[in-house]
Formats: sequence, C-alpha cells, structure tokens
Amino acid sequence: MAEMTMRDALNQALREELARDERVFIMGEEVAQYEGAYKVTRGLWREFGDKRVIDTPISELGFAAIGVGAAMAGLRPVIEFMTWNFSILAADQIINHAAKMLYMSGGQFNIPIVFRGPNGSAYQVSSQHSQALEAMYANFPGLKVVMPSTPADAKGLLKSAIRDDNPVIFLEQERMYGMKGEVPEDEDFTIPLGVADVKRQGKDCTIVARSLTVPLALQAAEKIEKEFGVSCEVVDPRTIKPLDIETIVKSVKKTNRLVIVEESHQFCGVAAEITAQVTEKAFDYLDAPIKRISSAEAPMPYAKNLEAAALPDVPKIIEAVKEVCYL
Amino acid sequence: MSKVAQKTKHEQALADGRTRFSHVESWEEIFDPEIAQAEYLKRKKSQIALIKKMDKALLREMLYQMVLGRIFEEKCAEVYRLGKIGGFCHLYIGQEAVAVGAIMAIDKKRDYVIVAYRDHVQAMVAGIEPEAVMAELYGKATGCVKGKGGSMHLFSKEHNFFGGHGIVGGQIGVGTGMAFAQKYQGTGGVTLCFFGEAAVNQGIFHESLNMAQLWKLPIVYICENNQYGMGTAQKRAMSIANIARKADAYGMYGEFVDGMDVMAVYQATSNAIERARKESLPSLLEVRCYRYMGHSMSDPGKYRTIEEIKKYQQRDPILLFKDSLKEAKVFNDEDFAEIEQQARKKVEEAVEFAEKSPLPDESELLTDVLA
Amino acid sequence: MASKILMPKLSPTMEEGQISRWLKKEGDEVQANETIAEVDTDKATMEMTALESGVLLKILVPEGGTAKLGQVIGIIGQKGEDISQLLADTVETATSPETSVSAADSSKDGEKAKVKEAEKTESVAVKSGNGFETAVAEKEAEETDRIFVSPIAARMAAEHGIDLRSIKGSGPGGRIIKRDIEAALARVATLEVAQPVPTEVPVSLPFTPQREALYREETTTQMRRTIAKRLVQSIGPIPTFYLTIEIEMDKAIEFRQQINSTVGEDEKVSLNDIIVKTAAMALMKHPFVNSSYRDDKIRFYEDADIGVAVAIEDGLITPVVRQANKKGILQISREIKELAARAREKKLQPEEYTGATFSISNLGMYGIKQFTAIINPPEAAILAVGSATPTPVVRDGSVTVRNIMHVTMSCDHRVIDGATGARFLQTFKQMLENPILMVV
Repeated sequence: MAEMTMRDALNQALREELARDERVFIMGEEVAQYEGAYKVTRGLWREFGDKRVIDTPISELGFAAIGVGAAMAGLRPVIEFMTWNFSILAADQIINHAAKMLYMSGGQFNIPIVFRGPNGSAYQVSSQHSQALEAMYANFPGLKVVMPSTPADAKGLLKSAIRDDNPVIFLEQERMYGMKGEVPEDEDFTIPLGVADVKRQGKDCTIVARSLTVPLALQAAEKIEKEFGVSCEVVDPRTIKPLDIETIVKSVKKTNRLVIVEESHQFCGVAAEITAQVTEKAFDYLDAPIKRISSAEAPMPYAKNLEAAALPDVPKIIEAVKEVCYL
Repeated sequence: MSKVAQKTKHEQALADGRTRFSHVESWEEIFDPEIAQAEYLKRKKSQIALIKKMDKALLREMLYQMVLGRIFEEKCAEVYRLGKIGGFCHLYIGQEAVAVGAIMAIDKKRDYVIVAYRDHVQAMVAGIEPEAVMAELYGKATGCVKGKGGSMHLFSKEHNFFGGHGIVGGQIGVGTGMAFAQKYQGTGGVTLCFFGEAAVNQGIFHESLNMAQLWKLPIVYICENNQYGMGTAQKRAMSIANIARKADAYGMYGEFVDGMDVMAVYQATSNAIERARKESLPSLLEVRCYRYMGHSMSDPGKYRTIEEIKKYQQRDPILLFKDSLKEAKVFNDEDFAEIEQQARKKVEEAVEFAEKSPLPDESELLTDVLA
Repeated sequence: MASKILMPKLSPTMEEGQISRWLKKEGDEVQANETIAEVDTDKATMEMTALESGVLLKILVPEGGTAKLGQVIGIIGQKGEDISQLLADTVETATSPETSVSAADSSKDGEKAKVKEAEKTESVAVKSGNGFETAVAEKEAEETDRIFVSPIAARMAAEHGIDLRSIKGSGPGGRIIKRDIEAALARVATLEVAQPVPTEVPVSLPFTPQREALYREETTTQMRRTIAKRLVQSIGPIPTFYLTIEIEMDKAIEFRQQINSTVGEDEKVSLNDIIVKTAAMALMKHPFVNSSYRDDKIRFYEDADIGVAVAIEDGLITPVVRQANKKGILQISREIKELAARAREKKLQPEEYTGATFSISNLGMYGIKQFTAIINPPEAAILAVGSATPTPVVRDGSVTVRNIMHVTMSCDHRVIDGATGARFLQTFKQMLENPILMVV
C-alpha cells in the first residue's frame, strides 16, 4: 500500500495496463506531449511512445469512432475526453455504435473500449463544463458506467474497465484528482465492476452516494452521529451499471430509511432509478419516503455562491437524513 | 505514430497540384451519361486488352456476383411487398459494379470491409452466403446476425465484413479506426470503407479524413455517389460537385471513377489498395453510379423522372461488362445464360432457406447485450 | 307469529348474496318450500325457498340489494300482524354477523383475539347506536380518519397483531412510523400481555361435498411439515410454483380425429376432453398430485375428480367430472358438455362444482399460448393448458412443423415438490404424445 492522489492512482492503473497488454493504447486531446489536461496521463507518452499514447485533433466524434473501429479490430482503446461535456459531440459513436455493435452483429463484434475523463462540476467553470452525465449513459443497454470515489477504487476499477470486454464509461471527478488515499501497488489489484462498497456501517439511515458525494456523505454521517446519535450507513455503488441493487436493498432493509446524493440532475436520474428499484424490492421495509439530493434544475451558474447552492453539500445531506429519521 | 516527413510520390503529386481531373471546369458535365459513355469508349480498347490478360475464373465470379446481386435485390423487392421483410430495405440495383469492382480487388484474408445500410450486395460479395443474408432480412434465427440486425446490419467476422451501419457517416469513423488497428498491429491489411455521397456532408467524414491522412492509415474511402441523398439531389445539398476534390483539403489522394464500369472500379480500387498497403496512405474514390430503385422500399420517387432513370439504364453496369467480356471473347451468350441460371437458383435457395428457418428463440432477446 | 327470513348459505364459499328477483310481493301468500326469491351467489343463481307458510309481510332487501349470510331480508307472518318490534330488532341483526363474535373474542386475552380485532377495526364502533347510523358514521370515518402509516410500520403492526387505530402517529401529518410501533411493542412487553406466538394461517373449514371422492390419509412427516411451514412463511398460504412443459399434440389430434370419425355430430369430442382423460390417468400414477395438504395430514384421493374451468357470463365456474379415471373419453365429453351448458345457465348445484381433486383450465381456444392458473384450494394443483400451435421444431436434424402445446401446472409446494410435479407432467406428456399408452 502507498498513499497517493486519485490522479496518481489512475495514472498507475493506465501505466500498468499499457505495460501488461500491447493491445491497450491511449488516445485523446493533449494526452501525450502535454501529459494530459489534468495530468492523469503524465509520463506515459515518454514511457510508451507515439504508438501507444496518441494526441488527437479536437475531433471528439472522430477519435471516439477510431476507438470503436480499433476495438472491433481487436485493440483495447482507452479514449480520454478532456471532460465528459465534450463526449456529447461523440455521443453518436458511444450510443449508436459502441453500445449496439455486439447486439446488432449477433454477438460477433464486442467493443472492449474505455471512455474516460472528468465528469461533473469543477470550480466555477459554468454551464457547459460542469455536467454530470452518468444518467444519460446508464440509460443505454450495452454500456457499463463506473464512478470511483477513492484513489484505491479508481485504480482497481479502471484496471477492471480496461480488461472488460464491453464499452465502459469511466467517470472521474476533477475536484477529486488531488484527493489522497491508500492504494494497493499490486499489479494484479482490480475491483470487479458491478459490486458496491459499504463505505461506512450504520443502522438508522442508508445514504447512497457516488463519486464526489461519497466524501460529503461520510462527513455528514460523522456529524449526524455526533449531534443526533443517528448512525448512517454509506453505500457507494461504484458501478452505476450494472447496479448492485442487492447491497443497497440489504442496507435499506436494515435501516428502513434512504437518502440518495448525486451531482447530476434529478429528473430521470440515477437516484430516481434507485428509488424505483428500492420501492419495488423493499417497499415493506421503508419507514419514510426516499429522499434525493441532486444538483439544481438549472444549468450550472458561474457565481461562486450560486454554484454552491446548485450542488449537494454536507448541510443538505444532514437535513435530508433528519427528515427521513423524523428528527 | 511516426511523424517522419518524407514525401511519397503521391504526396509529391498533390504538392504539384496534379490530382486527377483537377483541370476539369464543370464536374456536372462529366457525370452526364452521354459524356461518361464517350469517356468509356475511349478507354474500352485498353480495358479489353486487360480483360484478356485476367484470370477467367475471377472475371466469371465478378459477373456472377453482379448478376446475383441484381436478382437477389429484385427478389427482395418482391418478397418485401409480400410482407416477408420488415423495416427499412434499401436496394442496390444499378450500383452492382461498385461493390463487385471494389471488393473483388481486396485480399479477403487480411483486408476489412465496412459499409452503410445499403449493404446486401456488399455482404454477399464479401463472402456471406445469400442464404444467411436472406434469412436475416426475414428476421430468422439462421440470419447472419441471428435476426437481431436486419437489412441494415449485416455482419460477418469470419468474412472480415464489419457491418452495415445505419447512421449516415458513422461507419466512416469506425472504418478509420479499423485501418488504425491494422497499422497498429502491422497486419499489412487495408480497410475498404463505403459510404454514400450524402454522408460527405457529415462532420465525421472530415474528422476521419483529416486523421487518416495525418496518421497515414491504410484505408480506401469509397464514396458511392448515386447522386441522391434519399430524395435530395447532390447539387441541392453540396456546394461543389466534385467530391473527389474534397481529398485535396486533407492532402489526400482523390480520384473520380465511373461507377457503371466494373473494370474501372476494380482498377481504381486495386491502385488505391496498393497505395495503402505499400505506402500506408489513404485514398478517396468518388464512384459515380446510379440507383434505379427508390432510396428505400417506401420511397415514392417523386424527385426524378422516369426518363432520367432510363438514360442511366442504357449504361447498365451488367450490360457494359457483358459487352466487354463478349468482345474480349472470354464468354459468350451461353455462358451468360448459365451464369444467370446459377444466380437465379441461388436466390431461390436463399428464399427457401429463409422461409423454412425458425424465428429466433425469445430467449435471444437479452443475449449479446454485453460480452 | 311473524318470523324473519334470513339470507341462507347457498354455496360453500358464499359470504353474501344478491337478490336477483323476488318471486313474491309484499302481501302475497307463501307456502312452505315454495320458491320466494332468486339469489345470485358467487357461483350461480340459486332459488330460495320459504321455510314456513304465511304471508310475505315485509321485504327488507330489494331486488339488486345485497345481504350478508344470516342477514334479515324479509319478514313472513300472518296477515295484519304487528311487526314493528321485529323490525326494530332487525336493525341490530342486520349489521355484520361478526359483530357479536368479535366483541366476545376481544374480551379474551391472547394473540388470537388481537389478530381478529386488528382485522376488523370497524366492528368496535358498532356497539353504539343502531346499525344504520353506524354505517353512516363508518363511511365518514373512512374519509376523514384514514390511517397514514409507513410500509415498515404497517408490516410490523400486522406481524405483531397491533391495531393501528390504537396508535398515535408521530410522523408528519400523524403518519405512524416504525418508532411508534416499537414504542407500542415495548408497552405491551412490560404489561406482559402478549407473547409472540407464530401467526396462525387462517384456515377455513373444508367444504364436504355430497359425493366427495374417497381417500386415504397419511400423517405428515416432520420434514414435510417443516417444508410446508417454511414455504408458507415465504410466499403466502399456498406456496405455489409453476412447471411448464411442451407437448407435441400431432398424435393426440390424430387420435381425436379417429374417435370423431366413428361418432355422430353431437358426440364429437374435443382435444380438451382427451386432455381431461389423460390427466386423470396420469394422476393415478402420481398420487401426490391428486392430493390435498391438511397440516398434519396429506389426503390422497382414490379417484381423479377433475374440475374443468368454464367461463360464464360474469365469472368462472369449475364443474367436476367425477372419477374421470374410470370413465371413457366419450362419457367425459358428454358430461363436460352437459355441465358446461348448465353452468352457463347458472343451474349447477353446489355439489356439481365443488370437491374436485385436480383442476384444468384451458384457454387454448382464445389463442393463449401459455399462462398460469390459480390453485383452487384444497386441491394441490391446477393445469393451465394453452393452444396447440403449429411450430417449427428440429426432428432428426431437420426443421419440421409440429403442433406444440404448452401446459403449465401450478403446484402447492407443501405437498408437491419440483421433481414430483415434473414426473407427473412427463407421464402426462408421454400419454398425450402416444395416446396408445392410455390403454396400456
């Protein structure tokens, strides 16, 4: 184990997988000579060269397509979007091509590809650079959607994503790149996709959080425990699709109360999906309506105070927990 | 990617402004069937000399595939009207010289083919059995993609056929990625990437050509210019008439090809494949052709006249090819009759196979979603 | 002296009856055993006869009105008799017959009484005033007095037999939440009133048909009881599972054609008649499927009395072909035609539609390919039969078309295990696919 930032954990995963499998290559804007807009690919071009770490023109649709075609022909591309906001330009390739290729070819052409990059809000980057897109991608059969919340998870999940035989949407968070944690340095360390992690044990209320909202939920849980004696269990699904609903349901059956915290918009979102599944599978165990905290129903504003108001935070989580616990 | 800058002979030609046809003033002019025929007659003599030197079995296979494609598509129209085929059904009648001329020029062991949704004939020329294609159109379990894709999505990994794709232009990028992989893996393979002229107006065309030339990928872009994007004539949708010239914008080799002349397509594709294989350079071929049928089976065809269609039918690719073969004394009328009979029998067998095949089991609904 | 006419029990499962027609008006003379009204029960239209002679003095439930079992629907007596006292009494008896039972039970301690009280919360209010007022009061109460309760709290209350009306909710808008139930349970525990006792499965008395099939009983084994108990906890009073099998019907169809070529037009048999016969034969080889689970005993029937579901205008009825195992297909066919015809006219007697040992529901004629049917207790299984559809199948390596029928058996897991049911279906399939086996 070594303490490192999430940025370095991701970098280590990429380095290990590049070294392990000749079919893996990294492609995207500024990933090679510039070493990554957020320095996730730092040092990789120098180590692996032009063939394996490739700078592209600003052509998201085009290089996403090259990734899809290369995956059809047997390579295992890792395509970086400078931020996921730009993936919308490439949505045709991700949704119409990568997600459907295996099915419409009757099982002949699978697409082992990872699309990765930062998702969600950053620091006052306003409307077009702050979107959390997991709900959109999770809506389409044929894609897996992964969102790590710790450096160790980031490394283990990214390695699994690269080794997976399906298109994987790997959503990082710019605000978390500098977050530190213990990370196993074992080259065989992976975390299976589709398995949730209980980040904190508790008995009175379940908080389901992902990515950036996991540390927020953990802070909120500590405060609630101290102030009100209410013990919260924090469940991080880690993979949005396939979703480990069993772990969530198991927790709700124990606590009878559920708060879901997310950085994306609420309408037709992941929290809405979890809510529906929990009422289907554990209705008789609920003691209060399920509460969702999502980002505001507006494009992300620029002003610092408005941005803060739009996003989930610790006080909002505490309020929601109090509400479902009838405090 | 290697960024070594050493000019190849094609790059030198481009630098000197010597792309083919770059002297032509009015591009619309040379697409006129009468002018095209005059051009064809000028090169016919040398073409017949070439035919005489070619392998007879290859020539027979080319003609057989063209005739098979024609009869197969006519049968599709027939059974579509009987309700045997569902959804969209885009027929290839009139364009046979393009698929046959181009795909017969590849090395099927290592070269890849990717096409758009008008894909039945390309799939068969690439090697997929007509039975498996027809069964797919019928939505049967024995179809080449198990009844999951239908007319627009024929695939065969075994035959290096990377599919029919339904989003206009989407496969241009995917094909570029396939060529990227061929170069990355050093297989010596080349990708043939087909698309229609209307796809040229999509952003993906430009992004792909830019990167293909930038990274010197072994790909042949074949723009099948049948002159209509659904019901919109090219001149109503594109600011210039000469698509081959768009290659210039990326410093790529571009060439205009008479798509009614299978030998012209065969030669141009062979040259482009050689360029890709030996020099790892992409090409853009604009192959002018004409589709006799509507865009799809639901196209009323109000945007053009019967006279126009008839004018092009006088240069029917099968007629032209038979004429040359006869003149070269390679085949006679009896041979043609035999080839046609063989193709008819094959199509009948394909229909019978499709009719008799079972529907996919309902358990197949949720398979192949994830690997 | 005048007396009350009460709503009689006219079918084994009847809880209330609807007066479809009065055959006598107020003031008409009535003879003992004369039919005075027609009553729609849950199954059929039954005739109601007078128990004594006299004059119909008062009709209390008009045509179209509904009365619970034992409720007074009219008064019979001598002409000119004063019935005012009787009418005043009637008001009380006209209320739910359970009222007095519930009141009596609630005075007893123990879990059982508590459960009952929780089930019938309305009954508490009945004690005050007369019935009509109560009914009105109840209606209002329903509108204004809805209980708001969280799902887990509702479930805990049901499990522990707590009357939710006895609890004041502490959640928003008075919602009863988990902690309110926990508090109530803590109070009960300190008073040592209730001991947690496993909830009894409500058992209704089995109806004994007049011509019930003969049977033998075996005491259930401990394992069987445990299986039964666990499964009931898991899924409800009848833990049901479903088995589906595909049957190639070509030979059965041929068999039917052969029979029909030898008989007259009105003797023609249906595929369903053959299925009924086949099922009866197969049941003889698999006694567990022709049985009934009765807690400490399993009852094995000696004969196969097959209930055949018949759709009628406003519902469903299951006339019984008795001893189908001993009858020929032609006789079964005749009986089914006759029973079905009378079922549609609602003329079946209760003993003609109760006491089957096994049931068959066939929706093939509606083009239903496959479905599941609900077990008719105390039977152990019901067979849902779909249509026989020409289907491409692979035989000897080539595709050919066969008439494939799907049948799905719903099984009471307390008595039938997966393999038991599967073996029965195998026999059934073999017989239908080779009808000659039926005579072997």
